[in-house]
Amino acid sequence: MKRIAIVPALNEEGSIGIVLDELRAFDAQLDVVVVDDGSIDRTADVARAHGAHVLRLPFNLGIGGSVQTGFRYAHENGYDLAVRVDGDGQHDPGQLGAVIEPVVRGDVDICVGSRWLESSDGYRSSASRRAGIRILATTVSMLTHQRITDPTSGFQALNRKAIALFAADYPHDYPEVEALVMVSRHKLRLQEVPVAMRPRAAGRSSIRALSSVYYMVKVMLALFVGAFRRDIVPLDHA
Amino acid sequence: MTPLKVSIAASIASVLLLLIVFELIRSRRLRERYALLWLLTGVVLLVLSAWRGGLNTIAHWVGVQTYPPAILFAVAAFFILAVLLHYSTVISRLSDQNSLLAQRVALLEEKVDAG
Repeated sequence: MKRIAIVPALNEEGSIGIVLDELRAFDAQLDVVVVDDGSIDRTADVARAHGAHVLRLPFNLGIGGSVQTGFRYAHENGYDLAVRVDGDGQHDPGQLGAVIEPVVRGDVDICVGSRWLESSDGYRSSASRRAGIRILATTVSMLTHQRITDPTSGFQALNRKAIALFAADYPHDYPEVEALVMVSRHKLRLQEVPVAMRPRAAGRSSIRALSSVYYMVKVMLALFVGAFRRDIVPLDHA
Repeated sequence: MTPLKVSIAASIASVLLLLIVFELIRSRRLRERYALLWLLTGVVLLVLSAWRGGLNTIAHWVGVQTYPPAILFAVAAFFILAVLLHYSTVISRLSDQNSLLAQRVALLEEKVDAG
């Protein structure tokens, strides 16, 4: 079973090396591709020095565009399983086992690590962000007809079918919330497992104060309009 | 006072704008990111068109005594300017990115041919 870790990174020279070492410690057989979303620091050099394949985007595409680059890479190179681990150190590779397991067992097509399921503990981000996440969680749970607790989590494992879907079609800007609804509309099976996340190791989040207003408005608009869409993008390669 | 007919006609036009923008997003011809300013335009124009008292008050504030619907034109013109200016920045960014892509392709082509 060919496995790959997709690591999106923007100006993460301070944390990317640690994340890559932890991935190696989790599974030395795991291929790693870092998608450098137009960093102006040494992110790509550090990633190469730590043995990762690096895809350097010529300019900043945003998190959606860079993660999709990783899915395209995984799809074209025939990987059976992909995990997404953020380059800022928030996702602990030591917890990948729990996220991968339901997909490897064949129970689901995509498994998401959630900070909010009962047994999770650890970093849960600021109060205002938590309130936003709760609103999104309620909306996404309604749209997907299943309980979703952490709709913004990018800590995910995907099988071939889910990789093919995201390689063909993935939301722009901040993709996670819309992607969950997409997954359910394509009748892929989705599950959350509890994980503990960490505060980011270095650098700063790509979502800051003013843009978090834009984030909420844009995602809610996309969910609202998306609910009126009937066309399902066909999956040729699934 | 704003004539009722003017109010109704302007409201219909605003709703049409909103519906068209909605349909463009739904059919994936317009990204949410670039629709937000248009939606704001539609909502503000709809509120000012339908809420005649509000339009009169604003007209009074800015010294328009004779014909309050002139404010609708002014607000619409302001938003059109804002959208145009926004698109000018978007086009500038796309143009920069396009040069960068062309340069990357040329450099890669040289590498591929040489190899």
